[in-house]
Amino acid sequence: MIEKKYDVVVIGAGPAGIAAAVKSRKLGLNTVIIENRDILGGIPLQCIHPGFGIHYFGVDLTGCEFIQRLIDEMSKNVVDYVLNGYVYSIDIYSYNEKLVTVVTPKGIYRIEAKTIIYTAGARERHLFELNIFGDRPDGIYTAGEAQTLMDLYGVLPGKDIVIIGSGDVGLIMARRFALEGANVRAVIEIMPYPGGLMRNVVQCLKDFNIPLYLGHSVIEIIGRNRVEAVKVAKVDENLKLIKGTEFILPCDTVVIAAGLIPNIDLLEKVGVAVDPRSRGPIVNEYLETSIPGIFAAGNALVINDLVDYAAEQGELAAEGAKTFIDNNGIPTKDWIKIDVGRNIRFIVPHYVSGERDVIVYSRVQRPESNIYFSINSFRIKMFNVRPAEMIRIKIPRKIFSEIHSSRIIAEVTPI
Amino acid sequence: MNRFKVAIVGAGIIGASIARVLSMYENFDVVLIDKELDVGWGASKANTSIIHPCHEEDPEKYPLRAKLCVEGNKIWKEWSRELDIPAKWPGELMVFHNSDEEKEVRKYIWFATKNGVPGVRIVYRDELQSFEQNINPDAIGALYAPSAGTLSPFEAVIAIVENGVDNGVKLLVDTNVLSVKIRNNVVVGVETSGGFIEADIVINAAGLYADYISHTAGVAKDFWIKPRRGEYIVFDEDVDIKPVKILHTTPTPLTKGVYAITTVHGNLMIGPTAEDLPIDAKENKATSENGYSYLIKEGEKLLKRLPPLSKVIRRFAGLRPEPPNGDWLIDVYIDPWGFINVAGIRSPGLTAAPAIAKYVLDLMVRRYEINLVKKKSWNCYRVGIKSIRNLNIYEADKLIERNPGYGKVICYCKIVTEAEINEAIDRIMKIGARPTIDGIKFRTTACFGKCQGSFCRWEIALILSKKLGIPLHKLIVKKCNYGIGDIKVLLRGEK
Amino acid sequence: MKNEETELTCIICPIGCSLKVYRSENNIDVKGALCQRGIDYAKQEILDPRRVVMSVIRVKNGDLPVVSIKTSIPIPKKCISEIMKLTALIEVEAPIEIGEIIVRDICGADIVATRRVNKGLGLK
Repeated sequence: MIEKKYDVVVIGAGPAGIAAAVKSRKLGLNTVIIENRDILGGIPLQCIHPGFGIHYFGVDLTGCEFIQRLIDEMSKNVVDYVLNGYVYSIDIYSYNEKLVTVVTPKGIYRIEAKTIIYTAGARERHLFELNIFGDRPDGIYTAGEAQTLMDLYGVLPGKDIVIIGSGDVGLIMARRFALEGANVRAVIEIMPYPGGLMRNVVQCLKDFNIPLYLGHSVIEIIGRNRVEAVKVAKVDENLKLIKGTEFILPCDTVVIAAGLIPNIDLLEKVGVAVDPRSRGPIVNEYLETSIPGIFAAGNALVINDLVDYAAEQGELAAEGAKTFIDNNGIPTKDWIKIDVGRNIRFIVPHYVSGERDVIVYSRVQRPESNIYFSINSFRIKMFNVRPAEMIRIKIPRKIFSEIHSSRIIAEVTPI
Repeated sequence: MNRFKVAIVGAGIIGASIARVLSMYENFDVVLIDKELDVGWGASKANTSIIHPCHEEDPEKYPLRAKLCVEGNKIWKEWSRELDIPAKWPGELMVFHNSDEEKEVRKYIWFATKNGVPGVRIVYRDELQSFEQNINPDAIGALYAPSAGTLSPFEAVIAIVENGVDNGVKLLVDTNVLSVKIRNNVVVGVETSGGFIEADIVINAAGLYADYISHTAGVAKDFWIKPRRGEYIVFDEDVDIKPVKILHTTPTPLTKGVYAITTVHGNLMIGPTAEDLPIDAKENKATSENGYSYLIKEGEKLLKRLPPLSKVIRRFAGLRPEPPNGDWLIDVYIDPWGFINVAGIRSPGLTAAPAIAKYVLDLMVRRYEINLVKKKSWNCYRVGIKSIRNLNIYEADKLIERNPGYGKVICYCKIVTEAEINEAIDRIMKIGARPTIDGIKFRTTACFGKCQGSFCRWEIALILSKKLGIPLHKLIVKKCNYGIGDIKVLLRGEK
Repeated sequence: MKNEETELTCIICPIGCSLKVYRSENNIDVKGALCQRGIDYAKQEILDPRRVVMSVIRVKNGDLPVVSIKTSIPIPKKCISEIMKLTALIEVEAPIEIGEIIVRDICGADIVATRRVNKGLGLK
């Protein structure tokens, strides 16, 4: 048994976690970061495409280049870390004493923490979370698994691919497969619009003549030993199958890119309140969850499309931890809840104090053009809003402090 | 002493149990043959996992089933302990909602008394809640049978085979038995995809294919096995509705009814459906939307409510071998001499398996006039793979000190460590099966959890690749390779 | 040559302006762009579409079996398959630093490493 004490324990060494740990260290806090795997970096290690760091570093980097910079920052700032560490439990002793139990090959660590920053990322939706029936043959992969196999371990999963989901992950994998010589038969998207950025639809599908089936769903997988085909059908505006529209697509590989979900089992076990809209924890503007002293950032808080926002959230959480430690807890405030209005799927953080500017992260329910995104009297004009593109805005303090009815509502309205 | 070479066709629960029982005696050199790469991959891994009390077996219509079911239920208590098979004995409630169902249920009380099943009685609504808090409050009553249990069926087969191999049984996987070879009315062996295997006695425990095998021996030419498909849905461990008792709906003529159970692994499972397929559809294990909706409906009959459907982590289906008229075909033949059928072992097959094995031995001994000689050093024990999951942190810490592999968690959802995965691989090779990713899953429950392997399958593959010294893409998942080659294989023009 | 009209989506930034490009004998007119970069992109895309290519190359004796690479600048679309064929034929030796040039001057760009690979046992 190894006993340790830290001001901040960061769980998960992906971009949010490393950014949080570095910031925390810079703020003078005793910090350790715990990572499941035997390397630091998380998902960006396997992202060989650019689009990382435009905001955070001011330069367009591939995922692996981006995360290497963060890892270098970590070494420069002498942040303690534990690899091959599985956080088995978080126990709450008191208001500002948490016990983190970590299983490692060196033995069990019991780490007393004043604060915890939870940045364990997201998990992928798997086959059984979709309305797909049929056989369960070999040849079915989640997109992340396929990406790990191809771009970390140099393995080609298959040669005739059908990809379920047209979010950026699915589109990027379509391009990867096509570049390596595989035949990407189709990308199947249940919504009537693509799930990812238009630029990715162009660069990943149009460039390679990969058919995109909007408003369609894979309903069945066929295959005895290996995948042999999928059955696809059109869906109506309620996403219900339209009988008679079924067709078969022969293939040998199915890649499921059907979305990410914050990986917060450990937090749910300690009783953190969860927002069913974001499927992540409910937090205040310090990114503190409903359990005092436990903060969340990155994909564990809300599914981000830009790694820059995940890293930014990590830093905000570190600042929150500092405030918590300096004041023996985030001081009591008259927290105001931000309500979700027209065409908003979720907005994070959920509670604001009115004492500071707050960066909000939000997504719309459905695409719209020429609208105002507004939070009470704050209003910004936007040409296009789409669920795939997170809206990140710094809201000035006075918007919150000038509340008359102590109700704040975020909404999207046509111009 | 007469010594016999025995070839058992099919390493499912029946074949494995027979192999274990035969291994107790000096008289038998047993080879256990299976067409898959590992053991128990037929009906044995896709069933409801119930050890039945046997009050549902009609002693007049199916006397053999009833007798061996009751015996098997008793023997499983010993076997599960000897072989370290995860099992629990919560008892079951056959739930009824109206007087017609109640009438049906009363029939089973009569069966229970005839079959010698202990403790069976009706519990009415007011008492029912105290038996099972999760029960549907609209149920007017249930038939309680306290001797019901549940165990992990695939771990059972693995454990039995490990113990059999430990006691001299030889396992041959990836070997398809094509026909039984007979000369002058005497069995001489089996023709397989891997060549001819000599045997004095051939025991046909080939599950869905037992009819084909029997026909090649010229026996029971009218005996045909219909695959009966059963779908199941499995919920995540962390749902709030997990019945303590085994719950099931009142049976119909076609099936034992639908069950809602909390498996030994802690998951709520609902199933099975019962759909008879054509005789040649012996590989059709597809799930369906209809099956899914049906199970949801039946589950709602049993439980006060279902967990949110977003908590379903797996849907699967299995095929049960259904014989004509529901009769098991267990026979030791003189003509041809040496051929034994243990075919069409439909429910209560899992429950009766140990008893069936003893019954077959008994029949063999009498018909073939064998003088049994017990092995002096027969080991009845087998220990399962140690897991840190069930230890407290002090015990876990000590274990990690002895073996750091226990400190490296690979499957986060089910807390399966590298040490367990390595041990699973060793055990697969020790019994003579082919190492596959699925084989590791069934031995450790890795990939059985919330993420269904999306986090850890490639990590497991890396460990397997390192241990076997073969590249990642050449590993076998269940039947096929993990990849078609290295990432540049198509660009090099090799496919 | 008569006027040719093409519809494009700009890929320079996440806004993804819908562009209409009118091409005549000696002029390319771009409508719908919110910034100059979009206009430049559209012209390039019509005349000589270019892309940055990202892939992996096999590594000998590294702690990972492949290293991720990219072309240093966008290369003509028609060169993509040539570059991809090349990635299948070459192998590099660990260690490799980010930014290291693996192949010089192919289709007008270099192929550079985008991930660090340390010396290791080399996975099969």
